[in-house]
Amino acid sequence: MVSKAVRFSLVFLVLCGLFYPLATAGLARLIFPRQAEGSLVRAGDGTVIGSDLIGQSFTSPEYFHGRISAVNYNASASGASNLAPSDPALLDRVKADVARWRADNPGQPVPADLLTTSGSGLDPHISPEAADAQIPRVAQATGIDAARLRALVASHTEGRTFGVFGEPRVNVLELNLALRQLLGR
Amino acid sequence: MAATGATVKRSIYREALTDSLKKLDPRRQVRNPVMFVVEVGSVLTSVLFVQALLGHGEASPRFVGLVALWLWFTVLFANFAEALAEGRGKAQADSLRRARKDTMAKLLKEPKRDAEHTVVPASKLRQGDVVLVEAGEFIPSDGEVLVGVASVDESAVTGESAPVIRESGGDRSAVTGGTRVLSDWLVIRISANSGETFLDRMIALVEGAKRKKTPNEIALDILLAGFTIIFLLVVATLLPYSIFSVNAMGQGSPVTVTVLVALLVCLIPTTIGGLLSAIGIAGMDRLVRRNVLAMSGRAIEAAGDVDVLLLDKTGTITLGNRQAVAFLPAAGVTEADLASAAQLSSLADETPEGRSIVVLAKEKHGLRGREVQSLHAGFVPFTAQTRMSGVDLPGRQVRKGAADAVRAWLGNDLPDQVKQTVQDIARGGGTPLVVAEGDVAGRRALGVVHLKDIVKGGIRERFGQLRRIGIKTVMITGDNPLTAAAIAAEAGVDDFLAEATPETKLKLIREYQSGGRLVAMTGDGTNDAPALAQADVAVAMNSGTQAAKEAANMIDLDSSPTKLIDIVEIGKQLLITRGALTTFSIANDVAKYFAIIPAAFATVYPQLGVLNVMHLATPQSAILSAVIFNALIIPALIPLALRGVGYRPVAASTLLRDNLLLYGVGGVIAPFLGIKLLDLLLVLLHLT
Amino acid sequence: MVLQVTLTLLIALALVVPTGRYLYRVFAGDPALGDRVFLPVERLVYRLIGLKDPGESMGWKDYAAALVLSNAAMALLVYLIFRLQGLFPWNPQRVGGMEPILALNTTVSFLTNTNLQHYGGETTLSYFSQMAGITFLMFTSAASGFAAAIAFLRGITGRPLGNFWADMTRFILRVMLPTSLVMALLLIWQGSPQTLSPFVQATTLEGARQSIAVGPVASLESIKHIGTNGGGFFAANAAHPYENPTPLTNLILILAMLWLPTSLVYTFGLFARNARQGWTFFAAASLLFLVLLGNTLVAESRGNPALHQQGLAGASMEGKEVRFGPAQSALFATVTTAATTGSVNAAHDSLTPMGGFTAMVLMMLNSVFGGKGVGLMNLVTMAMIAVFLVGLMVGRTPEFLRKKLETQEIVLLAIVILLHPLIILAPSAVALVTAAGKASISHAGFHGLSQVIYEYTSAGANNGSEFGGLAGNTPFWNITTGMVMFFGRYFSIIALLAVAGFLAAKKPVPEGPGTLRTDTSLFAGVLVGVIILVGALTFFPVLALGPIAEHLTLVGR
Repeated sequence: MVSKAVRFSLVFLVLCGLFYPLATAGLARLIFPRQAEGSLVRAGDGTVIGSDLIGQSFTSPEYFHGRISAVNYNASASGASNLAPSDPALLDRVKADVARWRADNPGQPVPADLLTTSGSGLDPHISPEAADAQIPRVAQATGIDAARLRALVASHTEGRTFGVFGEPRVNVLELNLALRQLLGR
Repeated sequence: MAATGATVKRSIYREALTDSLKKLDPRRQVRNPVMFVVEVGSVLTSVLFVQALLGHGEASPRFVGLVALWLWFTVLFANFAEALAEGRGKAQADSLRRARKDTMAKLLKEPKRDAEHTVVPASKLRQGDVVLVEAGEFIPSDGEVLVGVASVDESAVTGESAPVIRESGGDRSAVTGGTRVLSDWLVIRISANSGETFLDRMIALVEGAKRKKTPNEIALDILLAGFTIIFLLVVATLLPYSIFSVNAMGQGSPVTVTVLVALLVCLIPTTIGGLLSAIGIAGMDRLVRRNVLAMSGRAIEAAGDVDVLLLDKTGTITLGNRQAVAFLPAAGVTEADLASAAQLSSLADETPEGRSIVVLAKEKHGLRGREVQSLHAGFVPFTAQTRMSGVDLPGRQVRKGAADAVRAWLGNDLPDQVKQTVQDIARGGGTPLVVAEGDVAGRRALGVVHLKDIVKGGIRERFGQLRRIGIKTVMITGDNPLTAAAIAAEAGVDDFLAEATPETKLKLIREYQSGGRLVAMTGDGTNDAPALAQADVAVAMNSGTQAAKEAANMIDLDSSPTKLIDIVEIGKQLLITRGALTTFSIANDVAKYFAIIPAAFATVYPQLGVLNVMHLATPQSAILSAVIFNALIIPALIPLALRGVGYRPVAASTLLRDNLLLYGVGGVIAPFLGIKLLDLLLVLLHLT
Repeated sequence: MVLQVTLTLLIALALVVPTGRYLYRVFAGDPALGDRVFLPVERLVYRLIGLKDPGESMGWKDYAAALVLSNAAMALLVYLIFRLQGLFPWNPQRVGGMEPILALNTTVSFLTNTNLQHYGGETTLSYFSQMAGITFLMFTSAASGFAAAIAFLRGITGRPLGNFWADMTRFILRVMLPTSLVMALLLIWQGSPQTLSPFVQATTLEGARQSIAVGPVASLESIKHIGTNGGGFFAANAAHPYENPTPLTNLILILAMLWLPTSLVYTFGLFARNARQGWTFFAAASLLFLVLLGNTLVAESRGNPALHQQGLAGASMEGKEVRFGPAQSALFATVTTAATTGSVNAAHDSLTPMGGFTAMVLMMLNSVFGGKGVGLMNLVTMAMIAVFLVGLMVGRTPEFLRKKLETQEIVLLAIVILLHPLIILAPSAVALVTAAGKASISHAGFHGLSQVIYEYTSAGANNGSEFGGLAGNTPFWNITTGMVMFFGRYFSIIALLAVAGFLAAKKPVPEGPGTLRTDTSLFAGVLVGVIILVGALTFFPVLALGPIAEHLTLVGR
């Protein structure tokens, strides 16, 4: 029985641990080459700007900002804040962030998703409300008309899948790439 | 036999009270893990109470003292329940013991009445000794009658005051030690050594002294012990959790050991733990009250599970014997003539069938009994060769018997019309008895007497009930299949075994058992012994042979064939009571959690007060109320445990639904009410 | 919100009957779809492992021994892979060997289908380890639990227990590999990477450098959920956009987690030759599931009153991804703890107290569908306890599926129901009073207690999700959780295989109107009641000190 146990383990290590993932990788390269490599976004010169799916940090006022991140958008060490709802540290952080938000975006509603950290620390999306609330600031910083920005946000708002699953959202990187185009950069 | 009278009852209670104190001995208590834990808790809280009195207590002496007191009560109540159940058995044992006086016995040299004898004490008798017992003397030990016929008073054992006949040979040869010969004499071969007699075993049984736990009881005990360990774990780990919480929150104080012990005792299944053995003893006791002795607890549990009952036709399903119900004359014979001839032939016939012919003749045709002597008649008894009985009058012979026997006597065939009648009766399950007469003119058939088995009133409904609860009834009879089928249909049994022999009976039992069924049967003869040994629940008649009694696992002192059905019901009732109180006990925990948890953590998390759904006055009153409720519920349920939950013969689904509603849902609700009530009372008495 | 949850569950429900039927055909030895393809492959595997007669049934002791021995062999292989990963290929990030205690904890974690992660996937494991270590064990650990459950079902329904090697082989080849491959391709289509290339170095729009971890993610992600495993390729698990890129993948992951645990309940009915029996248990588990799901949905969409006061209105988004929102996160959290997967798409530590309560309760019950195979075994255990407790009330000694439950079974069942609270409550108590234990807690008071309880509950239930604030990678936590995972896995499996062996050997009792029926709505109610009374109330005190106290504090502000 010991020999069976060892032989069984080796057979399935090769089958499930090597053959299966490598075969999947081969198929992926064939059928979905872009996704297989991480849905990378490249600049005109081919350098990688980031990934469609991975959020990145935006701090300058002319960009739409993503959510705050517990790992500061370090895409090789994902993670959440893991702060309990009752944690004083959470309250302190939110208090400070709300104050900053109100200073940067006067008169705008406080978007709940923007001032909370995501589960991955790499959330590429914000809610349409969070994008809308940033329009006056971005308009002021870039000089682009708020109405055009609103249209831009609307065109980059992804609805629920099949109209049912998930939540409406805006991909911050894609939105900012489009914004750069508007700015002619 | 059951102890009656107020004085006896009072003495049972008094003895149970002292016994419940004796049972505090930890060596005895440890046999019941649930209650042992409570006892340890009682000791612990008592120590804490003393500590509190000395001023170093973790809580007020009054609170700790009250908790300790009620924990002791919990143990005592459980002990009392067990002692009370045992006490009822003891009272019966005492009355039996009075029968077991150390009598003197006449030890015979050889098994003859007039053989030389020596007088020895009964306790010196060994198996195989032969003794003489004469009128007025006690039978010294169990044995078998070798010579003689006597009437014996067995009331000491059976409680039945009418004397019974004991004679050598046959199925009435067993005698029991401690019974008394009323008339005549008996030569008896002793079959049991002193201390191993039927009476001794019976005393041990009813006393419950050597009561072994039954298989299901053991399994339940293990599960309850498992629950106890789980709750021990829950409570023991609560202290570190509480210390951590207090330190982290910087407020309140850790939960006290007193409260932890209180919580533990409330959570572990003390109700069923305290009553479990009482339920078992009471179940045995209920059997004893119906004059049935179970030789093992296993048998009574098996009785609840039985799904096939093998019932002897005669005595159980039908009234003792066949009875004449009609006279069917041959062509050219009047019914009155036939009746007259039949009556004549039966005048000296002492068999029940013969007597029933006389009775029918009198009822239907007003024929009075005639003196056999005055008729100068000679009675011709039934023999295996002729298979007829009858009477020889001067110049006239009358015979009655089975059709083929009478045909042989007649020397020629029966008239067609008589033959038809015979066939019709047989097909209907009856027994045709052809009556014929002979004189100088020759011999001729007069007609047929229709003998019929009379099915007992109400038996059909009883079988219907059994069917509804999933028990199959099988009629066992020596009759031919045709007759058997007709009676089976009339009685409403599910199946029958015709022309039964000990071998076919045994085979039938094995067949059912191989299909996973549990079979119950009664028997009395020596030839029943193999089948009795094979059956799962085997009830021997007390009037039966020693072999039958040895093979059986229950003995019916009344020798009543319908007792089997009662036994099944008692078995079911025992299991239901056990299940109902288990369910009740575990369902009780919900309310106790809601009483104790908010109270235990009131200082560190006052917000947990939301869980105090009963709005108990203070944390201390909440905990005390739960502990007191937990203690009081045991004596409150003692009557139910001893009496047993009512059993109705309905389908399992109905039974489960009704009992769940009562003991499950009731078990959740009752403590909410009880604890609230006790809390109000405590506040009223300023005990908190 | 209700619509997307309802739709998800309806799709899951629709998969139950066809899957349950297929599983039954494969494991009852009936001809099944795909025989022509799979039989030759199976024969090849049998030859490779030296199995002469796959039809030869094993006794319960042999079956359990084969399970333990094969798992031991796998553990050794994978432990060596983790320790020596620096020597193996496909290690573009040049990750060194894992340190011994963490390697041991990780091996046990994946071996026992727990997948507690005290390591960070992208930082501590090479691609080779992710494939040959993690992905490999995800197949075999799930298959081991499933095989045990199949043997258990065979036993309690009066059949021979079957052959462990054949059951494992058939389950992996026929069920896990094909579905994992298809699902992996779906995930890749939606954006999951599947590559052996090194991490991507990007320069963000604002000019910062971003190193983006990639790897053979999709192949791991699919088996992770199909096998209710739970360990993520990345530290953030299924919250990571590469593991779970879209609401559609989230739906697929949820369905994958529910798929086999729910279908197996139906398979159970088929083994019992009574589909109603399966549905009765299904209904009992569903009732508990729906009530607890409702609790989480309400709590998560109501949000955190403490944040409301700061002006952050609505649902609590801390630790949640925008694309999933409160509904998909609450559903995922409920499903992952019900099916004891342990994969998370939101940070459980940041769930509302009642959301955390649900997650803990589901793992404490460990039978509301439960993990691959083992959940059903636990559910049946509870049913047997229920039969034993209330079954007496019909006036017969207890019987379940026509077999008497007697002392030897009850001893084992008592051990099984005792073990679960033991391995949760006892180590938690130790952790909360020792410096080594308390050092890892990131929150004082009730939530710190919740972190500890959650950790051991997750380990004991072989779930693997965590309140991530607890710093698990210390010798104390690695060793204690390692032990808890080990006991939680093997003791109950062996005990229940023994129960199955005993019951299989018993003569069946014929059913009649006097028999307690276990396929009625009444019994479903009894089962729910016993699960709550025996399974949940045990944990009531500790829940009161943890999430309930936290909830009342937050609400009472």
